[in-house]
Amino acid sequence: MSVLAFAEVAEGKIKKASFEAAYYAAKTAELAGTEAVAVVLGAASNEELASLGAYGITKVYHANDARFANFDSKAYAKAVSEAANSFGASIVVLSFNPSGKLLAPRVAVRLKAGYIAGAGELPIIEGTKLTAGKNVYSGKAKAYLETSTDKKVLAVSPNSLSPVKGSGTASVEAFSPAVSDADFGTVVKSVDKLTGSVPLTEADLVVSAGRGLKGPENWGMIEELAKEMGAATACSRAVSDVDWRPHHEHVGQTGFTVKPNLYIAVGISGAIQHLAGVNQSKVIVVINTDPEAPFFKAADYGIVGDAFEVVPKLIEEYKKFKAA
Amino acid sequence: MKILVPISKVPDTTSKIAFTDNNSKFSTDNVQFIMNPTDEWYALTKAIELKEQQGGEVVVINVGLAENEQIIRKALAIGADSAVRVDFDAADAYQVAEEIASYAKTGGFDLIITGKETIDFNSFQVGGMVAEFLDWNAVSLASVLTVEGNKANVTRDIEGGTETVEITLPAVVGATKDLAQARIPNMKGIMSARTKPLTVVVPTSSGALTKVASFELPSKAKECKYVQADNVGELVRLLHEEAKVI
Repeated sequence: MSVLAFAEVAEGKIKKASFEAAYYAAKTAELAGTEAVAVVLGAASNEELASLGAYGITKVYHANDARFANFDSKAYAKAVSEAANSFGASIVVLSFNPSGKLLAPRVAVRLKAGYIAGAGELPIIEGTKLTAGKNVYSGKAKAYLETSTDKKVLAVSPNSLSPVKGSGTASVEAFSPAVSDADFGTVVKSVDKLTGSVPLTEADLVVSAGRGLKGPENWGMIEELAKEMGAATACSRAVSDVDWRPHHEHVGQTGFTVKPNLYIAVGISGAIQHLAGVNQSKVIVVINTDPEAPFFKAADYGIVGDAFEVVPKLIEEYKKFKAA
Repeated sequence: MKILVPISKVPDTTSKIAFTDNNSKFSTDNVQFIMNPTDEWYALTKAIELKEQQGGEVVVINVGLAENEQIIRKALAIGADSAVRVDFDAADAYQVAEEIASYAKTGGFDLIITGKETIDFNSFQVGGMVAEFLDWNAVSLASVLTVEGNKANVTRDIEGGTETVEITLPAVVGATKDLAQARIPNMKGIMSARTKPLTVVVPTSSGALTKVASFELPSKAKECKYVQADNVGELVRLLHEEAKVI
């Protein structure tokens, strides 16, 4: 038996989230007393593939087939499941990233495997039983899910672990999964990458603002602070609804969920729907004129004060800190 | 075009989360249940928009007991044509997906539109599982969906942007924000919902594959450390030295 990690490539490079999944797989393999291997679909250099070894993967099965160049959940599910069956994997680990969220449940059905989605920590393995904790109720509680099926699928929530890079290299072996052209039903027409700013859902630092800023013309200081810090900008629903800010900045229950290391909320009261999208952030800073704003209850650090005074000072102090 | 929309019942966002039976069961005391927001706002309304543009039929399906009929009637009031309830208290997403797929096989559907994730387990499972049970194409995190003949164009979220793909129907599409404009049921809808067909079917699924061993609430509320507004440098220092996030 083994633990199989699915490592996703984009333009020949293994995604950051997949290195984390590989590390999770290797740590799970240690707990299960076995080895961790990986499967990669699509073109990537041998050097890139071998780099998975630094996170504890011993062998990479590589399907170097041009049809895998773009993510197709149906074809990918067949290939990953075949890898799990052929290479004797009892646990399959994927990232709970945008593609993993669709691929993992498909693989679970193919393998008739118990599936734990969005695991936030390493599992506990007792005999055939595997238990893992995950956030539920939008981060308001945690659930420990258990499964005892022959094969198990785990999707690890991005930024849950801090992968430690070692010095190992993985061996690479060719793999030819039995997928036919008919399995590929997804054709990519265009890709629209946000340029010039940090993508919100992957950002380590987020600066967010809400109605307290009084109007869209006042966002200059928020953008400046974000730029200084290398942070992404976000906003509350109230301001995206009135088009002060673009919809792709809206975080909360019906917008995006973020879990950065630092979330700075300026002039956002902290309605429960907003908190649902941000309360998995490691550290929350709240700046608000209203000391009764509910956001302070979810904050690690708070400043009761006027954003128009505090934010410019924060920019200045951050510049000093960076220069020091 | 025939569209199936699975809907799920979840505790309202503002509910107080508590557990009973030695932290093994969700406490339903004083909890108001609602239709899962992304199922309602984006998946169901997108299905109705497509029907209005191209004709066809929108069927909602819920796997659950009779008490769920409240949210099913709401879906009918918003504009679904008919509803199916699989009379089953499923123990995990695998069972829910198996029931939905087994019904979908009988119906001649072109498209299944799901929400993003339920706001209770946040697991994104059912859409992908249904697609695999049916061996259909699937795209999730869709913010734009157009259908022409047997092809759908879907814009989906990827890391750091979006991607537009073409898929062949039948397919499962998972919604995210902005897929459609949310609607509030009007009086005519509410009246007609009472007489729209709601079929109850018996479950067929096999056993659950996962279970909740226990729940846990955060040990204590966060303690907010206040910094004076005229001492912002102190915040920077704390973020660097204490929190170690910058």
